[in-house]
Amino acid sequence: MLLALESSGLTAGCAVIDNGRLLGEYNTNFKKTHSETLLPMAEALLNMLEISPADLTAVAVSAGPGSFTGLRIGSATAKGIALALDIPIVPVPTTAGIAYNLYDTPGILCPIMDARRDQVYTGCYRWKDSLFETLTEQRAMDIEELSEELKTYKENIIFLGDGVNVYKDRIDEILESPHSYAPEHLRYQRAGAMGMLAWKYLEEGRAIPGDEHSPFYLRKSQAERELLEKEAESGK
Amino acid sequence: MAHKDIKILAIETSCDETSAAVVENGRKVLSNIISSQIDIHKLFGGVVPEIASRKHIEKIDPVVKKALEEADCDLSQIDAIGVTYGPGLVGPLLVGVSHAKAISFATHLPLVGVNHIEGHICANYIEHPDLEPPYLCMVVSGGHSHLVKVCDHGDFRILAKTRDDAAGEAFDKVARAIGLGYPGGPKIDKLAKEGDPEAISFPRAHVNDAPLDLSFSGLKSAVLNYMNKCQMTGVPINRADIAASFQKAVVDAIVEKMMMALDEYKTDTICLAGGVAANSALREACIKACDERNARFIYPSPVYCTDNAAMIGVAAYYEYMRGIRDGFDLNAVPNLKIGAGHK
Repeated sequence: MLLALESSGLTAGCAVIDNGRLLGEYNTNFKKTHSETLLPMAEALLNMLEISPADLTAVAVSAGPGSFTGLRIGSATAKGIALALDIPIVPVPTTAGIAYNLYDTPGILCPIMDARRDQVYTGCYRWKDSLFETLTEQRAMDIEELSEELKTYKENIIFLGDGVNVYKDRIDEILESPHSYAPEHLRYQRAGAMGMLAWKYLEEGRAIPGDEHSPFYLRKSQAERELLEKEAESGK
Repeated sequence: MAHKDIKILAIETSCDETSAAVVENGRKVLSNIISSQIDIHKLFGGVVPEIASRKHIEKIDPVVKKALEEADCDLSQIDAIGVTYGPGLVGPLLVGVSHAKAISFATHLPLVGVNHIEGHICANYIEHPDLEPPYLCMVVSGGHSHLVKVCDHGDFRILAKTRDDAAGEAFDKVARAIGLGYPGGPKIDKLAKEGDPEAISFPRAHVNDAPLDLSFSGLKSAVLNYMNKCQMTGVPINRADIAASFQKAVVDAIVEKMMMALDEYKTDTICLAGGVAANSALREACIKACDERNARFIYPSPVYCTDNAAMIGVAAYYEYMRGIRDGFDLNAVPNLKIGAGHK
């Protein structure tokens, strides 16, 4: 029995998966902070499903990239549950979780998350013979650079993620090859899809001890970036 | 009838220390694990919230596990989870709050949110088993300077506060100005021992309409002005004298307000709390002033002055005993006021 926690972006959500079956999920995109919604939703979902936290055998978390604060709320929550129940954590790359919304869909799946400063967090995924493949690992990059890179693919490219709302016009301008955008209801992080991917990871033995988990920020803090720049300038 | 011992697992992550503790019956510290990040933040001249938050996430599991291990107990022997939910830096606070809530969720143990400053005050209970409200407490730390009346457990009233900088903030700013670096408090304390506290006359601020209130920004400016003047007139700067004279001005101001408060509120017990309470000159001055008037002066050991989870476990115990329970929607409140939490 796996509890999946999603708080990397605007939506917060949780899902329970047992034996590869999605027993329930609860997603909200509301003005309250994830700190106020995530655990109350998990509690409500478990109550509805008549499951006790002690029945859980793993906890999955959307591990990043995403909002630094959101990632920490999810990861600290997952760590607390893992520590208390002595169960492992299944970290799920956020962009893989988003791409998993489009099950067995032909083409290149390219989630783009708005990382500000003209950048996106992105990765590329593809279904091949009903198997989910990672084409490029997730990273932070300029949207222009990504669009250039995507020109090499001949298949249709489907964009997902909250970056679509920000960069759709720029992508249409640069990218002449066929591409499309995931519909609103499948575009963003959803705990159910992420949890199903986590279940696959769990079966593949990709769970880790809770204290070894840290979010995938994909970016240093601003203070560290500035310090490195200063050191580079002074030729250190 | 002998009642059951109550064990609280407490978590504190409001600034740059990741800390967890197990405290029994609000007085006995079974463990108090503190993982400091100070070496990282020194590179930046102060606490960087994003870096602090990232470190908390890395440290929280090992620190909590070690606290349970040292207390020789597991979660099944714990009665409640206490956690600092404010005031402090929101990113760091959220790590502790989320972790504590998750443990509570997974174990069904009651959750008790604690005000960090009330925790500092409660640190005094650890080494003074007979201390009971009512009493006065001067809380002086990097972010806070408050004179508080503790009317009862869970009943804190602010009598006076700083109008501008907190005491610890003044220490940090002056330490930076004289090139001592971060954190300023312990460094000034050390250097001041080599200097003459009477060498330079720095002002002790008085707030006209509120005689118990503190103010440190004028003092900080006076130090900066003095240094500028020395530089312009070619007078050599004696850093030890500046440190000693500045520290004396801070200590005088704090002790004066404490003595005024003892008179005004007609009590005979006053406590010190917060990071600046570890300052050796302040402790000595308080001991002397309280001796002279036969008042009881109580202060925590240095380890309970700095941020630590043991004090949170003490505060959580008294909240727990008066029936306070928090839900899973407990959020971090960065500007939480003293006495503004649970009613």
